[in-house]
Amino acid sequence: MKYVDEFRDPEKAKMLLKEINELVEQIDICKTRPLAIMEVCGGHTHSIFRYGLEGMLPKQIELIHGPGCPVCVLPMGRVDDCIALAEMPDTIFTTFGDAMRVPGSKKSLLQAKADGADVRMVYSPLDALDLARKNPDKEVVFFGLGFETTMPSTAFTVLQAKEDGIKNFSLFCNHITIIPTVKAILDSPDMQIDGFLGPGHVSMVIGIEPYEFIADHYNRPLVVAGFEPLDVLHSIWMVLKQIAEGRSEIENQYSRIVPDEGNDEALAAVAEVFELREFFEWRGLGSIDHSGVRMRKEFIDFDAERKFVVPDIKIADPKACQCGEVLKGVIKPFACKVFGKACTPETPLGALMVSSEGACAAYYQYGDPDRLRELEKGELEKGELEKGELEKGELEKA
Amino acid sequence: MNKPANINVPKPPRKRGKVSIKKVSLAHGGGGKAMRDLIDDVFVSQFDNPYLSPLEDQARFELTDLAKHGDQLAFTTDSYVVDPLFFPGGDIGKLAICGTVNDLAVGGATPLYLTCSVIIEEGVEIEMLRTIAASMAKEAASAGVKIVTGDTKVVNKGCCDKIFINTAGIGVIRTGYNLSSGNAVPGDVILVNGLLGDHGATILAARGDMALDAPIESDCASLHGLIKTILDICPDIRFIRDATRGGLATVLNEIAQASGVSIEIEEDKTPLRTEVKGFCEILGLDPLYLANEGKIVVVVPAEHADEVLSAMQGHALGTGAAAIGAVGDWDAGRVTMRTVFGGRRIVDMLVGEQLPRIC
Repeated sequence: MKYVDEFRDPEKAKMLLKEINELVEQIDICKTRPLAIMEVCGGHTHSIFRYGLEGMLPKQIELIHGPGCPVCVLPMGRVDDCIALAEMPDTIFTTFGDAMRVPGSKKSLLQAKADGADVRMVYSPLDALDLARKNPDKEVVFFGLGFETTMPSTAFTVLQAKEDGIKNFSLFCNHITIIPTVKAILDSPDMQIDGFLGPGHVSMVIGIEPYEFIADHYNRPLVVAGFEPLDVLHSIWMVLKQIAEGRSEIENQYSRIVPDEGNDEALAAVAEVFELREFFEWRGLGSIDHSGVRMRKEFIDFDAERKFVVPDIKIADPKACQCGEVLKGVIKPFACKVFGKACTPETPLGALMVSSEGACAAYYQYGDPDRLRELEKGELEKGELEKGELEKGELEKA
Repeated sequence: MNKPANINVPKPPRKRGKVSIKKVSLAHGGGGKAMRDLIDDVFVSQFDNPYLSPLEDQARFELTDLAKHGDQLAFTTDSYVVDPLFFPGGDIGKLAICGTVNDLAVGGATPLYLTCSVIIEEGVEIEMLRTIAASMAKEAASAGVKIVTGDTKVVNKGCCDKIFINTAGIGVIRTGYNLSSGNAVPGDVILVNGLLGDHGATILAARGDMALDAPIESDCASLHGLIKTILDICPDIRFIRDATRGGLATVLNEIAQASGVSIEIEEDKTPLRTEVKGFCEILGLDPLYLANEGKIVVVVPAEHADEVLSAMQGHALGTGAAAIGAVGDWDAGRVTMRTVFGGRRIVDMLVGEQLPRIC
């Protein structure tokens, strides 16, 4: 595929990996502990696993898979609210496909659908608005979800609905913002992150200026990264280069898509429709100030939370879940007590097991990169592998 | 073909019924004249053969006739509920024949007789049923199988989606074959007969809710001929399976688990159409899990891999055949892929339905 294959060239990867290895040799931190780089966005997590990138990197680099999967961080209480809305009479509840499997306290949207609720998968909020036009006797609720990436399309849809005077369309707004969340991670006492890969698609909307504080106040480099495997390697190289040269700056590797100043039109639509909430609850991370948005009062007629009654009950994350620690890079997914036992992609307990962009689901599906890396170098004896299998077997039994 | 036992005494041909109205109603499932007319007009007229036309409650065969084909009976069933009913490259009728023919053929059987049970939603156009039955008859003829018995039910509107079809099939396995997913041993080579994922991508695109037009056709085809060709030249083939729902990844995992072996495939050798790659790229799908309806995965001993591969490539339904990987012994039950990028990842069983990512 043109414009894609160029970013998957294994020869260029070899060159980059050689330089990455050389940089690692020059970085002092790497002599005492692995250098921790967080990819904030779930899209990067997915690429890293899909192309087996982690296994190609030197051992001195540890990738921490960040909170940037909007489906993963949705708390149980909000899913319960979705189900309450979906189960209202004469309602069509529309959602992106990924959100269907997220477990609420009693069931997921997929189960609610099986129980008879009219839950439909859409690919754009505009499809939901079309459904509202075609079904004037039904209320069509759109489950707005995602970071700044998806926020503008939701905002434009609401503006369109208002302009067209559509009365049977509303938005259940669960949009969240990335900056306060990165800040919360940086402020966390057990944080151990040396540098960041910044989210590509979020930055396409917000630009790169909002990240400045990460370089200025926390002295951590951040490189806004593209999603192809060469993009990711190149961005890691850029982070390492900064660390090796003692710099911490905000750089833009994904400049073919991300303008430094962001997208004014998208930002204007977002600002017109949404305002910051005081706080928003995240699965695995708890409540984070100013990390979510809701609709401004001018759009109250389109706000499902105010148009209808939702239970709005806060439900604590399952106690055994260690998603928060995984998100902050304190533990690896495999080290979580419930990983692969009570928590699997079929029956996810924790946020990170839900979507293919979640770190735990990626580990479960694509394998432990450390183990694959050792296998690559023939460092694992056959006996050891069998032992590993046995342990996994035991886990499954438990 | 030998005559079945029950038509030894010639009888005057029965006059077949006709349907004159345009849509199916509940009366067509009521067991009376309307039902008989529907069966005659739509199905019997198309499937016409001496096993079916007496319309007994069962089809009858001489055991000695079956035994001429081999020494083991193969028996399978599959239900077809595809949406939409008509898609580029096929329709539910063609699929209902190919799918069951392939399920017999992959076991080394010569497919012989099929059943056809249909569940119809009231209100369906009779003309559409005729089109589907004609498609079944055409595919059955080209696959050399006869539809010998069937059943028709009509349900209330909303109780099924237009039409569901079940076909069961009987075939006879040629003497000496014992293909099984548990047969793979380290060193064996994994072959496929062509481009993967076309059917899955076609159906997703044809549903129309993606707002994506993809110039892709379903690969829906009866593979008994191809399978016979390769089994004739290499009776030592360990295992064959059609990579339908769950795609290539699922079949490979089944083999790895049943045989207690590892399998590694190479991403750059796995045949994928550019359009399918692009389609998956946009929707966040993994083509390894997309359904096929005309693709088989073949496990073959290394020493026979080349001859089987070139035999496949010489067959019309295998021109795009490729060796995509090999069986190993490093991690029992594990399937991995060497990515185009040079990395390696695990290819697991699909969990749930493949849902598109949102961003």
